[in-house]
Amino acid sequence: MLHIALRQQRGTFTLDVNLTASTPGVIALFGRSGCGKTTLVNLLAGLSQGAQGRIVVDDQVWFDSARGVQVPAELRRIGYVFQDARLFPHYSVRGNLDYGAKRAPQPPSAARFDEVVDLLGLAPLLQRRPGGLSGGERQRVALGRALLSQPRLLLLDEPLASLDAARREDVLPWLERLRDQLQIPMVFVSHQYDEVLRLATEVLVMDDGRVVAQGDVASISLAPALRAIVGPDAIGAVLDGHIERRDTATGLADVRVGEGLLQLLCADASVGRRVRVQLRARDIILATVEPQGLSVRNQLRGTLCSISPDGDSDLIEVDIGGGTRVLSRITRSATQQLQLRPGLLLWVLVKAVSTRGHIFPAEATD
Amino acid sequence: MHTATVYAARMNWLGEPELAALRLSLDVAGRAVLLNLLPAIAIAWLLTRRRFAGRTLLDAMVHLPLVLPPVMVGYLLLLLLGVHGPVGRWLDQLFGLRLVFTTGGAAVATAIMSFPLMVRAIRLSLEGIDSGLEQAARTLGAGPIDRFVSITLPLMLPGVLAGAITAFAAGLGEFGAVVTFVSNIPGETRTLPLALYAALQSPDGDALAARLALLSFGLGLGGLLTGEVLARSLRRWLGR
Repeated sequence: MLHIALRQQRGTFTLDVNLTASTPGVIALFGRSGCGKTTLVNLLAGLSQGAQGRIVVDDQVWFDSARGVQVPAELRRIGYVFQDARLFPHYSVRGNLDYGAKRAPQPPSAARFDEVVDLLGLAPLLQRRPGGLSGGERQRVALGRALLSQPRLLLLDEPLASLDAARREDVLPWLERLRDQLQIPMVFVSHQYDEVLRLATEVLVMDDGRVVAQGDVASISLAPALRAIVGPDAIGAVLDGHIERRDTATGLADVRVGEGLLQLLCADASVGRRVRVQLRARDIILATVEPQGLSVRNQLRGTLCSISPDGDSDLIEVDIGGGTRVLSRITRSATQQLQLRPGLLLWVLVKAVSTRGHIFPAEATD
Repeated sequence: MHTATVYAARMNWLGEPELAALRLSLDVAGRAVLLNLLPAIAIAWLLTRRRFAGRTLLDAMVHLPLVLPPVMVGYLLLLLLGVHGPVGRWLDQLFGLRLVFTTGGAAVATAIMSFPLMVRAIRLSLEGIDSGLEQAARTLGAGPIDRFVSITLPLMLPGVLAGAITAFAAGLGEFGAVVTFVSNIPGETRTLPLALYAALQSPDGDALAARLALLSFGLGLGGLLTGEVLARSLRRWLGR
């Protein structure tokens, strides 16, 4: 359990956060640059001071301004992975990994060391100096160093932000493995929505020093507060489900999400695997009568929940059964012409090729 | 003809006065560097890593010897550390330590004059160290002393080395403060520049002066080159 209640005034910027999140899992702090994410994380780590409030992690009080409690950063046992890796240039990769390990109250066993080295693919790098490593390799070493310090909490502050797209793809799968194989709670800071979608179990959306929305990925994807931050193209429902059936000939998989069933293209996915699917609002078509002769693979029945204007178009929230909701972006003229209103029964059309399914790699069954 | 050969012979060999001055200069400059090492690291660290009241004043104080006339510094030392001076009397009574007219006194004067050079070099290297590395060490469980010893100190070594060698090379040639504070006593305080000055004062000292000048020139150049090469290889070893 992670409980943070903090208030800090710095110039014109005010950080004002009150949140409780369950651990373990990946808590994503998501928001634009300058919204206070790093400020919050540095307060959590104990690297900056001057706030009022409390920080409690798993029943341990790290900070309580009312009682004058301030546990120094070096005693909090936080595995902090910085945006710029911050490897020690005068130590080898092995020396960097050992640095935190040697200072842990209970140093990791040799087996644990090998496990982490294995998990992050660090074996070929051990003898090298950080100066000669690529950006992606550096971040992997930084992750390993943080993990081997036996942290209670792993803080990842935009660990992918300094990497180009290809290098990010080098690191992301390792982060997913960490999430799925280790029972360490993680706080993941990012301003990239797609990273949050891939990694998070819980999301805190921050804007201008405040948490404006909090919840699991599915509910956050529908939150109005998100819309101002991610931009119109990224808006859309995110659904967690698992693969029920897969047709190897066509590559199409039946993905069970709540009571609904979606046919999607999922590469290399075996039956039983968990997938997270983003249905972008602009790719979803609504119909008031059952369409005929379309190439669209998914025609779902749904009930219209709400209509909210967003920019020059409308966002329509539709319940496709059992509380599972999707968003569709349509023009105002379509809203008027189809006489859409809450409670209306609709057909929801989803192209199998327009959705992106992220496969959770480690867990074979849901 | 005869005087010319003697002149040539003398040019090829270092005589006893030159060797004595050389030994003394190395001794004084070496002691000055040792005296300065810890205070210079401490002050450089304070000036780069801490914000406190009076920081600008401390910074100015450290740099004073660069701008004050060396003779004035020597005079000040004489007032403070002389046998009747407030600090000098105390040193004499407690430890029987007399600095005036001694090699130790020459080392103290040289140390004060070369202190800013050392602080500046160490400070420069400290400023080049990303304080984020110290933060990272902190999150990995390293306390303040641990962080300094395992991260900050090794990374500032090139600066410490460069500073020490520059200060040593400069210390070999310190004149004004030394001659004012500890006078010009052969074998005790007559370092290379003082010997050079004495030679210039004597009617037949031209050859000696030339040899001493060459010697000083070689030492200075050699010192600076060695410092640069050492610092470069140290930086490479540190991976920077």
